[in-house]
Amino acid sequence: MDTPPVTEQDPGPRRYGRRLFLATVVGGVSSLYWGKAAWDHVTGVVSPVAEAIAPIIPSSGWRIYTISGSMPTFDRATWRLKIGGLVDQPLSLTYDELRALPRVEQVSTFHCVTGWTVNNVHWGGVRMHDVLAAARPQDAGHALQFVSMEVPYVDYLTLGQASMHDVMLAYEMDGKPLKQEHGAPVRLVIPEMYGYKNVKWLQEIQVVPESIDGYWENLGYDRDAWVGRSNGYSS
Amino acid sequence: MKAGYVQRFSAAERVLHWVNAAGFFFLLATGLILYLPSLSMLVSRRQTIQGIHFWGGVGWLCALAAVVVLGFRRLFATAREIERFDEDDLRWLRGRRTPQGRFNAGQKVNAILTAAFTVLFGISGVLLWVGEGDTRFRFASTVILHDGLMYVSLLLLVGHLYLALIHPATRHALRGMTVGDVRVEWAVHHHPKWQPDDVQVDWPRTRHHAPWKPQFADADRSRRR
Repeated sequence: MDTPPVTEQDPGPRRYGRRLFLATVVGGVSSLYWGKAAWDHVTGVVSPVAEAIAPIIPSSGWRIYTISGSMPTFDRATWRLKIGGLVDQPLSLTYDELRALPRVEQVSTFHCVTGWTVNNVHWGGVRMHDVLAAARPQDAGHALQFVSMEVPYVDYLTLGQASMHDVMLAYEMDGKPLKQEHGAPVRLVIPEMYGYKNVKWLQEIQVVPESIDGYWENLGYDRDAWVGRSNGYSS
Repeated sequence: MKAGYVQRFSAAERVLHWVNAAGFFFLLATGLILYLPSLSMLVSRRQTIQGIHFWGGVGWLCALAAVVVLGFRRLFATAREIERFDEDDLRWLRGRRTPQGRFNAGQKVNAILTAAFTVLFGISGVLLWVGEGDTRFRFASTVILHDGLMYVSLLLLVGHLYLALIHPATRHALRGMTVGDVRVEWAVHHHPKWQPDDVQVDWPRTRHHAPWKPQFADADRSRRR
């Protein structure tokens, strides 16, 4: 007996489009919970590739935040870093005098509170505690006020925080003098805290009795901005 | 409509496309100012640009919603057309040159991803904006999602622009998205399974690249003369 021919039956159009739409939206929304971990994993695995393509990516991972209409400009002839307040030896350092202090380098990761990070930033500058030692804080001083040339940006650290081993005043980044958008001529670097504590365009450090809220803290951010342990984040 | 041409896109579809395109380019421009240090340096007023970007995004979503509401009947039918994939569509996505309808499978995927990305851009954008002042809405991955959408959208856009503006075989489609109609020969060649409502054409059913000339039905031919 002849076997009936096998005919391929077309099931007709299917709503794969709806599934694709929903899967994309659900996948995207759920990535709010796993996206950063996945991204960190991927960039860790393919870091040689990431380093190779970094020079051709225009952003290089940084976003430039400002609070005023124009960025402060650095005039080498007139710029001074003043260290005052509750100190025995107030200082007013020129750029060259700052660079004459014991130089250190470190490689650390920069974390922004909004979620982006820049890995392996190569900083050059001076240790915060070396600068403080030269100014000799008085016993009544327990905190530092960092004043930016970008008015009215100020922020605070306790003396304990500012004396951590990797806190520095950086005047170089990735082997070159700090660029204007990164806070030239000198910025604070405290890798354990989010970027808004890393005050750019520094012009003054005041030793004060206590740490209070700075610019972003007055807008609702945490005073102690520990990476992964503040501002709603938990490691 | 000109003789030898067939309506491909309705007014509602074209308005939706161009509102989407205008909004996307506006947000891309303002977003890049926030994203690229060199542009941030030039413009500097970050808070202002951030506000323009956010409220521009809100306006974009509202405009899209308005177009969808006003052209709902037509666009609902379009959505039903786009979401359906038949066997030829699936083979086309696997690289086979199978006959396609008014939208080929690649155009369907592009439209679906664009719609999904619009939703995700909106969600992640609102979270970034609200999360600045309220930690309950702050997620470490929001900016990764928003940036990732931008990169994938740019890739889709580059491919889309190449096919719409440069590739000789497909760039005629741009006429369909601007004035609405396309040449019948072109439509038959690229979209042989499409059966337009307003033109009776003997569309080939068996071969995609058949070297044929379109045969207008008698009634239609007389109407066109």
